Amino acid sequence: MHAESATATEARRQMEICNACRYCEGYCAVFPAMTLRRDFSAGDLTHLANLCHSCKGCYHACQYAPPHAFGVNIPATFATLRAESYAEHAFPRALGRAFERNGTVVAGIAALALTLVLVLTIALQDPAVLWSPQRGVGAFFRVIPYWLMVGMATLTFGWAVLAIAVASWRYWKATAPAAKLTPRAVGKMASDVVTLRNLGGGGHGCNDVDDGFSQRRRWLHQAMAGGFLLCFAATTAGAFYHHFLGWKSPHAFLSLPVQLGTWGGVLLCIGTAGLLHVKAITDPAPVARRLLGGEVAMLSLLFLVSATGLLLLAARHTGAMGLLLAIHLGLVLAFFLVIPYSKMVHAPFRALALLRNAMETRR
Amino acid sequence: MVDFTRVWDVLVVGGGNAALCAAITARRLGASVLVAEHAPKAMRGGNSRHTRNLRALHPAPTKVLTESYLEEEYWDDLLRVTGGRTDEHLARTTIRASQHAPGFLEECGVVFQPSLSGTLSLSRTNAFFLGGGKALVNALYRTAEALGVEILYDTEVQHVAVEEGFATEAVLSWRGFPERIRFKTLVASSGGFQANREWLREYWGKAADNFQIRGTPYAQGRILKDLLAQGVQQVGDPTQFHAVANDARAPMEDGGLAMRLDCVPFSVVVNEEVDRFYDEGEDVWPKRYAIWGRLIAQQPNQRAFAITDSQALHDYLPSVFPPIYADSIGELAQKLGLDAAKLEAVVRDYNAAVRPGTFNGKGLDDCRTEGLHPPKSHWARRIEKPPFHAHPLRPGITFTFLGVKVNDRARVLMADGKPSANLFASGEIMAGNILGQGYLAGFGMAIGTVFGRLAGEEAARAARN
Repeated sequence: MHAESATATEARRQMEICNACRYCEGYCAVFPAMTLRRDFSAGDLTHLANLCHSCKGCYHACQYAPPHAFGVNIPATFATLRAESYAEHAFPRALGRAFERNGTVVAGIAALALTLVLVLTIALQDPAVLWSPQRGVGAFFRVIPYWLMVGMATLTFGWAVLAIAVASWRYWKATAPAAKLTPRAVGKMASDVVTLRNLGGGGHGCNDVDDGFSQRRRWLHQAMAGGFLLCFAATTAGAFYHHFLGWKSPHAFLSLPVQLGTWGGVLLCIGTAGLLHVKAITDPAPVARRLLGGEVAMLSLLFLVSATGLLLLAARHTGAMGLLLAIHLGLVLAFFLVIPYSKMVHAPFRALALLRNAMETRR
Repeated sequence: MVDFTRVWDVLVVGGGNAALCAAITARRLGASVLVAEHAPKAMRGGNSRHTRNLRALHPAPTKVLTESYLEEEYWDDLLRVTGGRTDEHLARTTIRASQHAPGFLEECGVVFQPSLSGTLSLSRTNAFFLGGGKALVNALYRTAEALGVEILYDTEVQHVAVEEGFATEAVLSWRGFPERIRFKTLVASSGGFQANREWLREYWGKAADNFQIRGTPYAQGRILKDLLAQGVQQVGDPTQFHAVANDARAPMEDGGLAMRLDCVPFSVVVNEEVDRFYDEGEDVWPKRYAIWGRLIAQQPNQRAFAITDSQALHDYLPSVFPPIYADSIGELAQKLGLDAAKLEAVVRDYNAAVRPGTFNGKGLDDCRTEGLHPPKSHWARRIEKPPFHAHPLRPGITFTFLGVKVNDRARVLMADGKPSANLFASGEIMAGNILGQGYLAGFGMAIGTVFGRLAGEEAARAARN
């Protein structure tokens, strides 16, 4: 075993203060889970950190928050510990280093992927497809060949799924080795994920920006997550049309894939832009500043993916289609590439933490 | 930037729950209100920052209170803890009005929670603030600011000029700058003097240097002393304070609630001379924690040590600082700097006196000693399962009882019994009128809310006339 990180030691110090105080037990699942323990193993701390949704209620209510000498700042400390757990369980392990300067990594990969797609398009096709209008069946594939589009998507997305699955398995082994799965726990976890109950601050909302309560982050996050799922459904529907029904893109505006993608894109734009706005104006004290780069880069990438997708829809019958398609697919490629090495990891880890919590708190 | 030349309708001195309840109430009645808070913004709220709940009368279950808690029971509880050192009229005024305190606070944005673990089983009588007192303080400040109450942080009111029962102006230090404020009425909500070690030394001598101040270091009692020196009537025993058994390793100020130790009923407690001095198991801890601060304050060097073994570890809430462990009583004594032979003898005698019984950590059980002086009446188990552990104890002072005399409209009374024309008080600075000794959990916040509202209402009315 390797030595425990300074963040884990600090998180334990703070949890031991919290466990003697317990004023925050009504805010979220972290504090009731904390009271089940007297000693905090590294796995326990990683579990609690991933259970934390960064609602910041406990920070603003804390009598021991800085400038008190105890300096309790659970949201910032747990955010740092979470990021360490993403790095520690990454697959392959060496790529865990991507979390160290995650903003640079995500932005760099976005730039490279974008360039790669543009260069490949120019190299493989007639460069004129980038600015001449393409109409009718197969229009998109005249810009980017079908085999390349599907091949790269399958490879990169397939890799992302594999890497995330291995990381999640490693995370589960490290935090919940002896846990037993029950249908009730899975149901509770699913409900916690869908409602984001733990961003509700005990019912009236969380401290999005300052010590006032709101449900803004909760709604924005679910707009983003819902948009993401709609876009995923749009792609699946498109693939189904292509392979099973023989209906080739581009599809009509009112077709299922385009409708799903449009509304998904709109929701993604609203969610990501809104969350970026909240990040910009929020009280910086309970925020782990070192992680901001990666978070802002990921939100921006998702925003750009959805915004270029919507622009592509609007301009698909004009000469701008070729260039927009290349840019959109370049950004999608970047997104697929960074999934296992970015903030996206929080989704499976958080779900697993909620699952373990549901198993622990059987009532 | 606040206009120091204007005449304010109401100047509120202090920035805790009582002060803000007064400020909000006066502002809602149309008065111009200025709040002078000694602490910087991050540490605002006085002792309210460390509180957790409010004791409220209720004839039927509410969202946050179970069953019912009626006036007579509330009054009996108060009578028991104060031993009669109360003012029945003011006490009943508080008790009756406490029914509306949670509703008032909710209107001010305070959120209450259903009681969960870790509390002293108070969900019937006490409404708990979600997140605790600092969350309450945050909500009250937001409400006050939204209403247009002006708030000055880092502002210590140092003197209030009082002439024949009429307060004329306040001298203050505003962010280090000397300023004067003129006002029509003044509400003193600036707390007790428990953080003023020099003042405590007048009664307790050098022992005062060993007292830990659990709450705000800004409770210096400056305005309390100032008003008493200018002919305001005094109430409460100046030598007395509320104190609990704190961890001896806690910070000397502002350590807050988490420094208290609940291990006493499950331990034997000795002083530096390795003598036991009180029945550790006399009654359930919620009824005894408040006397242990005083007990420890009376020991040599104001220190004591709770000694127990591995069996007890899960019977009380975890402590912030870990217990001191050892494999034998002698080694434990050495680590604590105590006489090892004597501690071994104390534990041996205690173990020999323990009678068989069925242990129940949650209620009064039949595990007691026989022939031991002082006895241990409940939760007496042999201390024999290593590792042995110890928690060092010191008195942690919560508040002092000395205050200014008020009437049932929160108006300050002068030494001749006449009410002041424009001076009002709320919170700890006047709590001694009602709570002359002892303590009831959540009663300080009840007094603060009730008298804060009264003071704000009366001050706004007096300012209009």
